[in-house]
Parts: sequence; C-alpha cells; structure tokens
Amino acid sequence: MSDTLTRADLAESVYEAVGLSRSESAALVETVLEEMSAALVRGESVKISSFGTFLVRAKNGRMGRNPKTGEEVPIDPRRVLSFRPSHVLKERVDEGLHGGAAASPDTPSTAAQD
Amino acid sequence: MIKSELIAKIADDNPHLYQRDVERIVNAIFDAITDSLAKGNRVELRGFGAFSVKHRAARAGRNPRTGEQVHVREKHVPFFKTGKELRDRLNGEDEAAPIAPDAAGDTTAGF
Repeated sequence: MSDTLTRADLAESVYEAVGLSRSESAALVETVLEEMSAALVRGESVKISSFGTFLVRAKNGRMGRNPKTGEEVPIDPRRVLSFRPSHVLKERVDEGLHGGAAASPDTPSTAAQD
Repeated sequence: MIKSELIAKIADDNPHLYQRDVERIVNAIFDAITDSLAKGNRVELRGFGAFSVKHRAARAGRNPRTGEQVHVREKHVPFFKTGKELRDRLNGEDEAAPIAPDAAGDTTAGF
C-alpha cells in the first residue's frame, strides 16, 4: 500500500489528462521538471500555487566535522534548494493521513455536519 | 517563476499543443504528486528530488504572542529532498559558479 510514485506514474497521469501518446506524455513530464530545474539553477524561485514554492538559498561556508573521525573539514559556501509546501498541500497531506483514514477512498468528508 | 509562467514557457516550446492542454498537463503532474503524498506515499523523481511525508509527534507548544501553552497535535507534513543531480547543478558545473574556484575537479571517491 505504501508504493512509490515515479516519473512513469506522472507520465501516466499526463496521458490520462490529455490525448497525447504515452511517449509524448513522458517527454512532457521531463520538460516540466527540466524547466523548473533550469529556473532554480538560474537562482529563481519556482512558485506553484496550491502546491508549494521551491527556493534557492545561499549558505555560507563553515567548518564542519566528519562525524566518524571527528576531523575538521571546511564546508564551501553552497546553494541549497528548499521546498515550502503550500497550506493547501499541507492540509491535503495531514487530512489524508489523519484519524486512521489513510486507506479511505476519495470520498469528500462530511465534515460540515454537526 | 510561477505556475502560469511555467505553463507559458512550455506552451511556447511546444507550438503543437494548446496552452489549455499544457495547463492540464502541468496540473496533472502536481495533482498526482499531491494525491500520492495524501495517501502517505513517496514520490521519487531521479535527478530532481523526492517528496515524502514526515510524521511530527504531538507536542506542547506555546503561543508566541501570549506565552500561553497550547497542545499541538501530531501531524503529517510534506517533505522534499533535493536530488543529487539538481544539487550539483545548483552548485554549478555550468554558468554561475562563483564558488570554490580551486578544487575544480575535486571529486568524492567512487560514485
């Protein structure tokens, strides 16, 4: 039940959403990821409404330590990517996994009834 | 870059597609990721990164304004870990490499 979604599954979703061939659907998944990556590499953030924001942050260099040997190693300044999930995504994930309802199908919850 | 710009860019590069279809394609991708995470599943996109769900235990929090103690219930939060290839690209083989002018080919052993 805990399976992992991959590019192939995304391509399948695209295939089902639009009347394109399977190979073109797969290519478009790649294009989307590549356009996002390219923007991030340029230093732009990528904001997908109701999903989240990917942003690039610059980290200063610092002295680190090899946890195994205790030896000090310099860590170069670098850029890291961070993802801030939107409220919509956070709510979907939390609701989806709450109250043991993890395995429930896509029935809209009848929450507004009291 | 925001979602509409991403859609416009892909529509520009694929003149045989309607913008409306590109919109559906982009939405289908993010909807599929969201649905998967909402079921507690991982999403692995080699070279880009992996989305997963982390569990946060309930804890005693504090209202930062009033200092009042509040109970924070357990929750599940989405998490993203950058893939190796993208992480390396951010720290530039190609353009924009203002960092580490020395140690150009300083690879880590093996793979």
